[in-house]
Amino acid sequence: MSIDKDIQTISGQESALLASQKSQSLGEYIGGYFKRVRSGDLGSIPIVVGLIIIAIIFQTQNENFITPRNFVNLIAQMAGITTIAIGVVFVLLLGEIDLSIGYVSAVAAVAMTLLLRVPGGDPSTWPWYAIFEDGWPWYLAIPAALALTAVIGLIHGLIITRFQVPSFVVSLAGLLVWNGIVLMMIGNGGTVILQDKFVIGIANATLPVNIGWVIAVVLVLLYAVSQFVQLNTRRKSGLSTTPMFIIILRILLLAIIAGVVMYVANLNRGLPNGNPLAGFPGVGLVLLALLVGFSFLATRTQFGRYVYAVGGNIEAARRAGISVERIRIYVFIISSVMAGMGGIILASRLRSVDTGAGGGNLLLNSIAAAVIGGTSLFGGSGRVSSALLGALVISSVENGMGLLNYSSGRKFVITGLVLLIAVIIDAISRRSRVQSGIA
Amino acid sequence: MSLLELKGVSKSFGAVQALYKVDFSATEGEVMALVGDNGAGKSTLIKGIAGIYPFDEGEIFFDGKKVTINNARDSAALDIEIVYQDLALADNLDVVANMFLGREQLQGRWQLDETSMEHAAVQTLDSLSVNTLRSVRQPVASLSGGQRQAIAVAKAVMWNSKLVILDEPTAALGVAQTRQVLDLVKTLASKGLAVVLISHNLHDIFEVADRITVLRLGQKVDEFATSEVTQQDVVHSITAGSMEQVPGMVDA
Repeated sequence: MSIDKDIQTISGQESALLASQKSQSLGEYIGGYFKRVRSGDLGSIPIVVGLIIIAIIFQTQNENFITPRNFVNLIAQMAGITTIAIGVVFVLLLGEIDLSIGYVSAVAAVAMTLLLRVPGGDPSTWPWYAIFEDGWPWYLAIPAALALTAVIGLIHGLIITRFQVPSFVVSLAGLLVWNGIVLMMIGNGGTVILQDKFVIGIANATLPVNIGWVIAVVLVLLYAVSQFVQLNTRRKSGLSTTPMFIIILRILLLAIIAGVVMYVANLNRGLPNGNPLAGFPGVGLVLLALLVGFSFLATRTQFGRYVYAVGGNIEAARRAGISVERIRIYVFIISSVMAGMGGIILASRLRSVDTGAGGGNLLLNSIAAAVIGGTSLFGGSGRVSSALLGALVISSVENGMGLLNYSSGRKFVITGLVLLIAVIIDAISRRSRVQSGIA
Repeated sequence: MSLLELKGVSKSFGAVQALYKVDFSATEGEVMALVGDNGAGKSTLIKGIAGIYPFDEGEIFFDGKKVTINNARDSAALDIEIVYQDLALADNLDVVANMFLGREQLQGRWQLDETSMEHAAVQTLDSLSVNTLRSVRQPVASLSGGQRQAIAVAKAVMWNSKLVILDEPTAALGVAQTRQVLDLVKTLASKGLAVVLISHNLHDIFEVADRITVLRLGQKVDEFATSEVTQQDVVHSITAGSMEQVPGMVDA
């Protein structure tokens, strides 16, 4: 592809476009930021404010809310929902919905647990999948379970695209079918126990304190490097760059957050007379890897660009030559696989899988997390980070209510209201964005 | 010599004969206006060139060589770019993303090369004197109608298209924006592209077009050089141009 490179401006005066490519001054950047906020582009501000309010409310009611023990507890509690919500974000970006994620997560959990089980007894009584005397190793069982969910996602995607059936209906059918399959897989026992040490460790293990600090430092450094590399490439191409002050500020902010998190996690949170317990939870690292990886996929790859395009204007995407069918199928595969990963994390936390797996509030909480975090239900708008933020809101509210011993009824009402408030704030900001011409 | 030449193309949808033995040509550096009343077959002709509804019969010559256009990919491979009436822009993406949609530049196998795409977009928009945009990173939803039209046209220039077809580009635009788009059309032709302009607005046509093809009821009834006719002549041709053939007619 060759691009027309001669620059001529008719009037001879510099165009606004070229002028805007010069580095922004700090004043311009800040001015631009406040202008965007005033016209409705609030970004993560509502969520952060909301979290602060939640923290204040619950801490005043129960002093155990903001403690190291509860903090680490929170991370473990939100891990499953966050993971599933990442998949939900992709589906919502297309303007679709996947109602089967709850039970697909259970399918992965049951499949993995059954494979890991030590068969025992007479080999002739072993089920067809028991090909290892000591049960499957975790490094085969987990990929197998996830491969199963990928196939499920593929089936959903194929039915939706080939037969043009709305995703709502297909995933609803999936919800029923996979629920049945899970029950059939669990069988008469009612519960399948998880005994594999590694898998149990996924949701329950903690990193040694030193390694935790090393990881925190490495992450901040990597972020700093990536910011400077980007600054450099843009400058060399003559494009506009963010002011240095802001870049330093961002790096500092990340350093502070990472520092505080790691410090709190590394405090001794064991019981006063019991064994000391300290260290960042391993599952937190898993979440971080997933969030960073999928954010990259969504914003920096061609695939991610196509997901946003199909969600924004499917006709435009089609005319641009994008294979809309293929994108939709891939997204439903992502949804099911992330659901599977969430199911594995949840099974690890409970150390078992029972007939209630995948049910309850899992589906609604996962979708609510993505929506509260800022992903639009109508497609084309949203970020992977919204999975984390929304799950944080939902989980901290549940956590807080649990500490206050609220009844189930009360919990439902409050969670519903939180979701409603979040969506209303988003709707108001969208209206204001439309009025000021941003969206 | 014409860049694009259609000879005797026809297209029917069931019992409806949308196009019947139409000849059409477009030349590099020239703006050819395609006019006709509603239902005359303009859209069908364009969609046939775009590969969306391939023609039933007739021949297509591009750059002197005979070609077939059976799908959108064949059309794109000939460096034909169509700017649809609804512009086909994704509102949630920014200007750069839209200009490169479907044809992104990559770093390695997967990663988008944002820097060089942004650079190319800025260069192209500047070379077309599109100078009212504040930033190429603003979402397309925030642009005015004329700016959106300009982006859609800039795409054609950036990809070095040889033939650009514009479907009613000024239909929904105000006076200043129409001016902007017409200037763009003239710039495209001056850069050596062949431009086909569908429009109902004779005023616009007489300002930018070099030649005019008139369709009526699926057939080509006239072709003029703009300098040799008046608007009245064109109107007459659109509404009452004589048709030499009727589908099914047997030569005596």
